[in-house]
Amino acid sequence: MILRSTILAVAAVFGVPAGLTLYIFLVEKGVARLRFPVQKRIRPWLWVAPGLAILSVFLLYPVINTLVLSFLNSDSTRFIGPQNYLRIFTDRDMLIVLRNNALWLVFFTLVTVTVGLLIAVLTDKVRYEQAAKALIFLPMAISFVAAGVIWKFMYEFKPKGVPQIGTLNAVLTTLFPSFEPQAWLFNPGINNWALIVVGIWIWTGFAMVILSASIKGVPKEIVEAARMDGAGEFQVFFRITLPIIKPTIMVVTTTLIINVLKIFDIVYVMTNGILDTEVIANRMYKEMFNFMNFGMASALAVLLLVAIVPVMLMNIKRFGQRGEEQ
Amino acid sequence: MRRKRPTASRAVRFLRKSPIHLILLAVCVIWLVPTLGLFVSSLRPRALILNTGWWNAFNPPLRFTIENYMHVILQANMGRSFFNSLMIAIPATVMPILVAAFAAYAFSWMRFPGRDVLFLMIIGLLVVPLQMTLIPILRLLNSLRLTGTFVGIWVAHTAYGLPFAIYLLRNFIGGIPEDLFESAFLDGANHVQIFYRLVLPIAVPAIASLSIFQFMWVWNDLLVALIYLGGTPEVAPMTVTISNLVNSYGGGWEFLTAAAFISMVLPLLVFFSLQRYFIRGILAGSIKG
Repeated sequence: MILRSTILAVAAVFGVPAGLTLYIFLVEKGVARLRFPVQKRIRPWLWVAPGLAILSVFLLYPVINTLVLSFLNSDSTRFIGPQNYLRIFTDRDMLIVLRNNALWLVFFTLVTVTVGLLIAVLTDKVRYEQAAKALIFLPMAISFVAAGVIWKFMYEFKPKGVPQIGTLNAVLTTLFPSFEPQAWLFNPGINNWALIVVGIWIWTGFAMVILSASIKGVPKEIVEAARMDGAGEFQVFFRITLPIIKPTIMVVTTTLIINVLKIFDIVYVMTNGILDTEVIANRMYKEMFNFMNFGMASALAVLLLVAIVPVMLMNIKRFGQRGEEQ
Repeated sequence: MRRKRPTASRAVRFLRKSPIHLILLAVCVIWLVPTLGLFVSSLRPRALILNTGWWNAFNPPLRFTIENYMHVILQANMGRSFFNSLMIAIPATVMPILVAAFAAYAFSWMRFPGRDVLFLMIIGLLVVPLQMTLIPILRLLNSLRLTGTFVGIWVAHTAYGLPFAIYLLRNFIGGIPEDLFESAFLDGANHVQIFYRLVLPIAVPAIASLSIFQFMWVWNDLLVALIYLGGTPEVAPMTVTISNLVNSYGGGWEFLTAAAFISMVLPLLVFFSLQRYFIRGILAGSIKG
């Protein structure tokens, strides 16, 4: 089995590029025999054909298919109209799922951008900038699963009186002797917040790196001139830096929104959605594999898409423009 | 006196900045301690992990062990999962590159009707949540008997990686100066020759960023592997194995900590050795569905 998959992988790694090279070579040979105007019309399509074929089968068709499935029943045999959607917006469990996604959306995005901006501004003023930034960016390199394990260990809970092995409870009980150790992931009042903190810990480095680059792009002359006129650091930041980097803040915010809507791994690993911590992507997974309700799972996926569409349109506008410049 | 002044003013400056240093120190501690705690714990014997905090590890007598690592590698399927993660991630990184480069070349240097609309559609696909594709692709792979196989997940990851790959390479290849192409055409080179001799070598930095991003994305992915590979241990990558460990062991911290750290080794190596490409890739690809 190991040998067979190794051979298969080596074949894929060398065979796929070789096959594609052969394909494009034959395309050029074949096209060269045609009349010049026909050549010019056909060649581009043959170059984009492998990509378009894969995108059509594995992205375009599934998106359309999922839209249709969301109006069908659990095993996709009967049309049931918008019932799945109605259930999403009336069922108690589903409303909790929507609430949790809203919590994530607002607080994760707000805190990540704010903390990322704060760190970007502060590291700009010290000598150990690179080291501090590398450390804070590090969680972006590891999997959400590993980050989930790391923080599950941070949140570990032992009853009062027993030595705490979770760092958070240990620190709090040492600093405040009257503090009651908390089961951070199991207490319904705080478990969602505990999960959101993990997301913030992972993504702050991302916001920081982009915002930091943008801050470094603020013209030095303007800042110096403001300081000469007696502006304090806070004034410089709020009156000059902030307005200039505003477009970058928007980019970071939309990127975080796109990602937070689909959040899955953290919740799956840390609580698996129990005790009112479920989010849309986790619920969709459960609808697929636990309840075998493919209609409902599809409706949840469509909900994610609908939430992202405005951001998607903004993206097309922004990236389209950037493409034109070249 | 004159010699002392710089030191004095430096000290003053340092003190004036002390709130900044304090905040940054706190931030760095918050970002370092969770990972450090995991790493230290992974090297402690079971009885100690479960009964005392990891910070006690530095009180004598020092008792560290690699037993946890031996156990998860040999008995908890982590050795096999490491191999599986490589088997999944390497082909899934290589496969989309040429496909995307062909398309990117055509989008940049050939004129055809509908070109711009097509490219905008691909940018739109970039942010489509991959949840939208899970059920139809699962059914498709099922009917081809490709669920639970590496081939199925390679193809899926290739497709998921394509919009970003085309977008990134198009921007890069589109930025190559036109003169280079003109002189090559005048020398009688055809598109294939230009692509392999001129475009690909120039695009190496972009392909490097792209490959690192795609490799890390696949390496760290949980959802796609869960859905298309199922729970079969023979093909499970590390992310799936670890999440199974979390569920089955509950408080088995001695194994979980070691397993999580094994999964982090390669990303950390990549991060520290190729930091520039890595950050560039992550920033560019962060909106990928």
